[in-house]
Formats: sequence, structure tokens, C-alpha cells
Amino acid sequence: MMKRTSYPYLAWILIFTIVPLFLVLYFAFTTGDSQNFSTFIFSLDNFKKFFTPIYINVLIKSINLALVSTILCLIIGYPIAYIISREKPKKRNAMILMFVIPMWMNFLLRTYAWVTLLGRNGLINTFVTKLGFPALDLMFNEKAVLLGMVYNFLPFMVLPIYSVLTKIDKSLLEASEDLGANLMTTFRRVIFPLSLPGVITGITMVFIPAMSTFVISSLLGGNKSNLIGNLIEQQFRWTGDWHFGSSMSIILMIFILITMALTSRFDKEKEGRGRGLW
Amino acid sequence: MVSKSLKKLYTFLIFLFLYAPIIILIVFSFNDSKSRGVWSGFTLRWYVELFKDPAILKALYYTILIAVLSSVISTVIGTFAALGIHNMPGLSKKIVLNLNYLPVLNPDIVTAVSLMALYRFFKLEFGFTTMLLSHITFCIPYVILSVLPKLKQMNKHLAEAAMDLGATPFYALRKVIIPEIMPGIITGGLMAFTLSIDDFVISFFNTGNGVSNLSIEIFAMSRRGINPTINALSTLMFVSLLVLLLIINKRTEKN
Repeated sequence: MMKRTSYPYLAWILIFTIVPLFLVLYFAFTTGDSQNFSTFIFSLDNFKKFFTPIYINVLIKSINLALVSTILCLIIGYPIAYIISREKPKKRNAMILMFVIPMWMNFLLRTYAWVTLLGRNGLINTFVTKLGFPALDLMFNEKAVLLGMVYNFLPFMVLPIYSVLTKIDKSLLEASEDLGANLMTTFRRVIFPLSLPGVITGITMVFIPAMSTFVISSLLGGNKSNLIGNLIEQQFRWTGDWHFGSSMSIILMIFILITMALTSRFDKEKEGRGRGLW
Repeated sequence: MVSKSLKKLYTFLIFLFLYAPIIILIVFSFNDSKSRGVWSGFTLRWYVELFKDPAILKALYYTILIAVLSSVISTVIGTFAALGIHNMPGLSKKIVLNLNYLPVLNPDIVTAVSLMALYRFFKLEFGFTTMLLSHITFCIPYVILSVLPKLKQMNKHLAEAAMDLGATPFYALRKVIIPEIMPGIITGGLMAFTLSIDDFVISFFNTGNGVSNLSIEIFAMSRRGINPTINALSTLMFVSLLVLLLIINKRTEKN
């Protein structure tokens, strides 16, 4: 009898998760007046339109920025995850909490906070001009978008790596040392390979939001830095061509599915994924 | 020795990077000038202005109303769903759990536009209802994920014992199972509440008719240009969410 208590949810998931995804698919493969379902006719035009240089370049730029920000998060995040994991339990719990607290701030505000620093009359520029240098153009370019991504998504990289590092059996490290390995070799041959599941989870968790964001690029990138997320947003919110917007959503989803398929092949530790503090 | 101070320096720089923008935002919410580069004295002016702005007050009202409604509804649906999923046979359990992960793993923007397509299909007018339905949709999975572990921990025989002693299934549910898994239900509900308060992307796409929440208002304000009232609003939101999440964290630690 208990099984039946989940029926309302199953109905909910059908209506609000599965049907909508099929509708997006339907929109993607049709053209017509987005307002009126009876005008829809099957067509591949949306995809044809996407595979022209303007849009392909946006896709390449999105992938590029997402990749670079993922790599930066890994390079910056791994050492700090390692340092924290070596601390005593009480101190490291406090440090991890410190890492999570900024994430509790509204995502938009965290990004907006950088405007206060980087803007034309922002703190950094005020300082620079006081020193007698000309004001710098720090905002509204790709570097600012990249900074926003690293700032917002760094914890997504640090937390899974940290949680894997703390679980490594200490006696393995002692064994490696007893067998004559120095710190560097122990790291390269023992610690790093064992932490790979965390690295893989971190990569997925940074790459996916970085690839699909439109908020960071519109707040810090100005109108010049359009990403695929911005294109989708424009089609749905302003231009009104939901068919084209849907086809781009499908392309975005395919890319994300590929990333997840690639990473899950390495990811032995599936338990606990998506179940962290965030 | 050198490597130790290097470690300290690195840790310090990372935390500086994480906190500097937030601290500056908070400090400048008390700054008596529109400029963000210069400090010209302490003021509470922006906080006063914030509470005089009708658009912000309306957005605050909708944010809280939707957060309360969506967290209550998703907690009820999610708890019952978790009970059902817990008692499902292996394969269907696996399928449902994977479907449950779909809104968690899907990029926000895809979830948002797919819901938009759904409302258009059913000719629902965009506004309060569509925003509420969307919030319930993305909150339920998190409720389920926090109730399920509690069900796993629970002694299976407790409910059976209650029924052997003459309790009806409903009575056993109310008097035995629900109290046992209460911590998970409350954590799930609080999580749903904070997710709803914090949401931007899904709300942004699925609202209309002048209904907006604080995130949408912040987005609009920040695109229009700099306004210190956003800093004041940020500070208030940060501090209240911090308090709420510290409570959740205390709870999860206890469990």
C-alpha cells in the first residue's frame, strides 16, 4: 500500500519534467508561429540556421570559456582542497564551512559584487587612478566573464576533491613512504590517482553550469560576450522564436550529456553525487 | 618551514578572493555616496530607501509567499514520494531515482525553457501560478533526497510492530514513521525554502504579469546601472540566508 503514496509525485514528474522535455524536442524540430501550436510544421531549419558561422562561433566560444574556467578551477582548487584535507578534523570542517558560506549568497549578488570591484568607478580603478595611472577596462570582456565563472564555481571543484582526499587511507601514504617514495612521488603515484573520482565530479560540476550560464556573461560581459545561454535567453524572452531557442537547448543538452557520459566512465564513485551541501 | 608559510599564504589568498567582493558589497551598503570607489561616511540611507521602494517590497512579498507555498507543497509531495520510492522493488526504484535526478542535473536554463514550453502548451498565463508550479517542480527532488536516507536508517520492523499491535497503516504512518523521519523532512523543507528564495533562472523565464521575485529585481536593477540600494538588499538577504542555513547545517550535523 505504501507504494501508492508516490503516485502524486510520479504524475508530477510526468507532467512537469518529462512532457516539457518532449515539448522542447517538438519545438526544436518544427517551425511556425510560436504562439499557435496548429501552425507548426516539421522542419530542420532551426538546426540548419544554427550551423552557420555566427552561431557556431558562439558555441565554440561557450565551450572554450567553460573549458578554460574548468581548468582554472582545477588548478586553483586542487591545492586548496589538498591543504584543507591535511588539517585536523575540527579545523578542516571550519575551513570547508568557510568555503561554502559564500555559496549561500544569492548567485546574482555574488556576481554583482564583482561589478563593485571591477567597474569604471569601482574600487580597483579608484585605486589605480589615485596612483596616477589611467583607468583600466576590467569589465565587459571575456576575462571578466572568466573571473565570474571561476569565482562562482570554484567551490564546486574544491568540495568533491576535498571529500575524496579526506577518505584516503593514511596507511597507504605511510606504506609509500616506507617503500622509499618521496613526497612528490607519493603525490604523483598514490594521492593523485586516488583523488581522481573527486576531480572528475568537480570537472562535471563546473563545466555544466559554466557552459549553460547566461547570467555571468550578461552581468560581467556586457553585450559583446554572448554565450549559448544568452542566445537561448534572447530567443525565449525577447525574439520569440521558441523553435530556434529549443533547438539550441537541445544542442546544449547534447553537449552536457556527452560530458557526463565521458566523465562517468572514469567516475567509479557515483554515490553521493549531487548530494553535497549545495 | 617555507612550505608551511607558503600554504598559509595560499589559503589566505583563496579566502580573500572568496570574501573580498562580499565584504566590500556589505561595507559599501553603509556608504554615504553613490560612488563605489570612495568612502564618504556612514549612513543607513540605502536601507531606508529600500523599504520605501514599492517594486522591491512587492518582489519581497512574492519571494516569501512563493518560498513558503512551494516548500510546504513540495515537502508534502516529496515526503510521500520518498515513502513510496523506499518501498518500491529494485528496478522501478532505480528508474524513479534517475528521473528524480533529472531536474537536479539538467542545466537550469533547459529546465526553465522546457517548463515555459509546457505552460504555453496548456495555455496557462505566465505569472504567479506558473512561477509557483516551477518552484515546486525543482524543489521536490531535494526533499526526496533528504528524506530517503532517513527512511533507510529507520528500523523496518517499527511500522510492522505498530500494525501487529493493531494500528491501521495510516495510524502507523502518523504515529511511528513520520516522527522517525521528521529530521529529514524538516531539512528537506528548509532546503526547498532556501532554493526557492534563491532561484533566479527558472523564475526569470516562468513569470509574467508584473510578478517578480528579489532575484529578478536584482537582475533588472544591476542591468540598469549601479544603485547602492542593491547593496543594502544584498546585505539583508545574505545575513538572513546565512542565519537560516546555519540552522540547517546545525541540524544536519546533529543527524
